[in-house]
Amino acid sequence: MNRAKSSGATASVTGFSARTSSALSHHMVVARESLASLLATPGASVMTWLVIGIALALPAFLYLMLVNVGEVSQGWEGKPRISLYLREGTSVIEGNRLTLELQQKEDVMSAIFISPDQALVEFQRLSGFGDVLNTLDNNPLPGVIEIESANRDLVALRLQAKGLAERAEVDTVELDLEWLERLMAMLSFAQRLVAALGFVLALGVLLVIGNTTRLAIENRRSEIEIIKLVGGTDSFVRRPFLYLGLWYGLGGAIFSWVLVQASLIFLADPVEVLAQSYHNDFSLTGLGPVMSLQILGGGVTLGIVGALLAVGRHLKEIEPR
Amino acid sequence: MIRFDSVSKRYPGGKEALSRVSFELKAGEMTFLTGHSGAGKSTLMKMIILMERPSQGQVFINGTNLNRVKPAQIPAIRRNVGVVFQNHQLLFDRTVFDNVALPLIIAGFKAREVGRRVRAALSKVGLSGTEKQYPITLSGGEQQRVGIARAVVNKPAVLLADEPTGNLDPELSREIMSLFLEFNQVGVTTMIATHDLALVEKMNKRELVLEHGSLKAAE
Repeated sequence: MNRAKSSGATASVTGFSARTSSALSHHMVVARESLASLLATPGASVMTWLVIGIALALPAFLYLMLVNVGEVSQGWEGKPRISLYLREGTSVIEGNRLTLELQQKEDVMSAIFISPDQALVEFQRLSGFGDVLNTLDNNPLPGVIEIESANRDLVALRLQAKGLAERAEVDTVELDLEWLERLMAMLSFAQRLVAALGFVLALGVLLVIGNTTRLAIENRRSEIEIIKLVGGTDSFVRRPFLYLGLWYGLGGAIFSWVLVQASLIFLADPVEVLAQSYHNDFSLTGLGPVMSLQILGGGVTLGIVGALLAVGRHLKEIEPR
Repeated sequence: MIRFDSVSKRYPGGKEALSRVSFELKAGEMTFLTGHSGAGKSTLMKMIILMERPSQGQVFINGTNLNRVKPAQIPAIRRNVGVVFQNHQLLFDRTVFDNVALPLIIAGFKAREVGRRVRAALSKVGLSGTEKQYPITLSGGEQQRVGIARAVVNKPAVLLADEPTGNLDPELSREIMSLFLEFNQVGVTTMIATHDLALVEKMNKRELVLEHGSLKAAE
């Protein structure tokens, strides 16, 4: 089998295309082998996947909640509402008359009168406190006029609200825009918080995958030594561990996706009831295809980067002796 | 093919493993490296595959000065040198086939070519039919021959063996040596470190004798 070689350097030279195709097929082989090695110890692998899954699910879920809250407030944005709570004893006729009068005004887009009786019926239907209300002798709810203002400017809105508050029939005026502004401020604060939490948890995932990879490297120390001894390049030695990281990351991302989806299903019904009580046919936004891909891509990236960090640190230490 | 030019190796702590060793092996030459344990045989061989670097002097392989070889170039040098170890250095969780195939897979050979060459190498060392077995099921002599098959499967220009017969009885040792002789006859530059002086004498080849890190003048 051994033909004499005039120069040893040519001994292992193969055609370029043959090399690339075999390098590709080696990638496939390594990818399959590293996945098989994970599945060979299902207990340990599932534990790692769960840890990564929970760490990824938490920020993903919180982010999703922020998206949803943002969406709820979106419905009100640009349509500032003013609620006029009428004085006790204001009759339905008076209320209707005032509503009609307000509808004529230029700075009022629309005005709707909700009489105490209507309010009571609605409250009983949606709040779930119907029984409590039945024990009361008289209706505690005031009449309300819901105004949609034509003003967009906060100062003008405040002036308008102040003017409305001076009317004899009006008890209190509530400007919906104020809490909306506070909500927006809170949302942007919460977004920062979620981003910071996501960063910390991503770091945690990196450490988990890095440490798991370090153990895998330690377990295969003698194999690495032998591969280096017979001329394996660093990238050849690195390859199985990077695939290991990839599978850890991908598996963890799939777990986190399932966790988030399960939480959404768990929350969907109460949220719908809550939304209905606000006259809103709002329903929870789930993980769309884009966010799903983001989670999977994020998991894979963290997996590979974590493995790279571990490999970079520990592979250099292993040299054949 | 292999040239040592006044090579010294001092380990931290002052122990000198090699001192001013110079010799040259021509392409296709076969030589024995003898000497007591600790005389520096392993250190010398490790320098050829860059497991050790000289403290002083230069080592050339095929005209390449190993002092100038960067870490990234080490794999290419090692692929051209087959190495057989006393302790085999086999992967015990892989089959015989996978063990022998390793250098070919590293070098990027196609699966068909890998299979062909592995079977040829195994038949050469007399282990046909053991491909699917695990090394642990083989005897010491057979494990050593798996190691030899792995060392030559990539058709290297240089074959190094560090105490390849260390744990084998005289009969098996002779078989292994004649195997090395066969590889040498087809042009592989071969260097065998051993302390089996009786065997060396019978082979009637060039001999390098190391004594306390120095090469003895008479060869």
